[in-house]
Amino acid sequence: MKIGVVTFPGSNCDYDCYKAVEELLQAEAVYLWHKEHDLQSVDAVFLPGGFSYGDYLRCGAIAAHSPIMREVIEFANAGGPVAGICNGFQILCESGLLPGALVRNRTLKFRSRAVHLRVERAEPPFTSEYEMGQVLRIPIAHGEGCYIADPAVLDELEANGQVAFRYCDAEGNIVPAANPNGSVRNIAGIVNAAGNVLGMMPHPERAVDPLLGSTDGAPVFRALADHLSIAR
Amino acid sequence: MTEYSIEVRVTPRRGILDPQGKAVGGALASLGFSGVGEVHVGRIVVFSLTAEGEPQARESAEAMCRQLLANPVTEDFRITVSPAENVG
Repeated sequence: MKIGVVTFPGSNCDYDCYKAVEELLQAEAVYLWHKEHDLQSVDAVFLPGGFSYGDYLRCGAIAAHSPIMREVIEFANAGGPVAGICNGFQILCESGLLPGALVRNRTLKFRSRAVHLRVERAEPPFTSEYEMGQVLRIPIAHGEGCYIADPAVLDELEANGQVAFRYCDAEGNIVPAANPNGSVRNIAGIVNAAGNVLGMMPHPERAVDPLLGSTDGAPVFRALADHLSIAR
Repeated sequence: MTEYSIEVRVTPRRGILDPQGKAVGGALASLGFSGVGEVHVGRIVVFSLTAEGEPQARESAEAMCRQLLANPVTEDFRITVSPAENVG
């Protein structure tokens, strides 16, 4: 099992992702540089958080057109598992692998704290280690994490079960007060129609060890490892 | 081939939440400016472009907007093509 972590200029969570793969899964992790065209035969790809290309123009817009993304898009379209976290989620939306867009938080404030999430989808490759409705505590750190999409797109996401996570309170209630950025329908993460591409604003890689204050993000990585060993 | 000046004006799409515009609007009001309606904050991208003619320049700029300069989910764009300014 070999898992790739893309590094764009400005990525700052690539090392966290790399360590989560290496230490939690005891699997081989490789960095994929944004200028490369070679995915090095990885079995899955993470697009980490950060500020790719300085977030100039729009978050994720320039990264979406970087050389490595051509290969990532091809890999994703062929069914390869791809997860974008925070800036990675923005890149997935900008590249058209996921619908919708992420805009400035409604509050205009950069939000950096732990939030509660409710699991809305418990399926491979990324969320099968969770129970439906399970409440997680995972950190967020973003200024532009307000998810929006056309109402028709949102209805389709809901109908297909593509909403993976929603912001909720500690009891799992989906309430406006639990929404840190103003995302429509409290959406914190979605998958594509085929289910192999996940985008989420919260950082599971920052919640994989008790030292980090939570281990609720670890199942994302474990689910992927399970999926890949079964797929073999 | 002729050189043109291209100005692309990208603004938040109508009906899309524009918290930045709202904040600026609030600041203008607190400075005492009255009569200010809805405020939107966008971005202007300016560049020179060599093309066969103005229609080709516009077409090329439109393709740039659709692919990169604007996100059609959240933004509208307007393109102005004018003769390149003489430099020097």
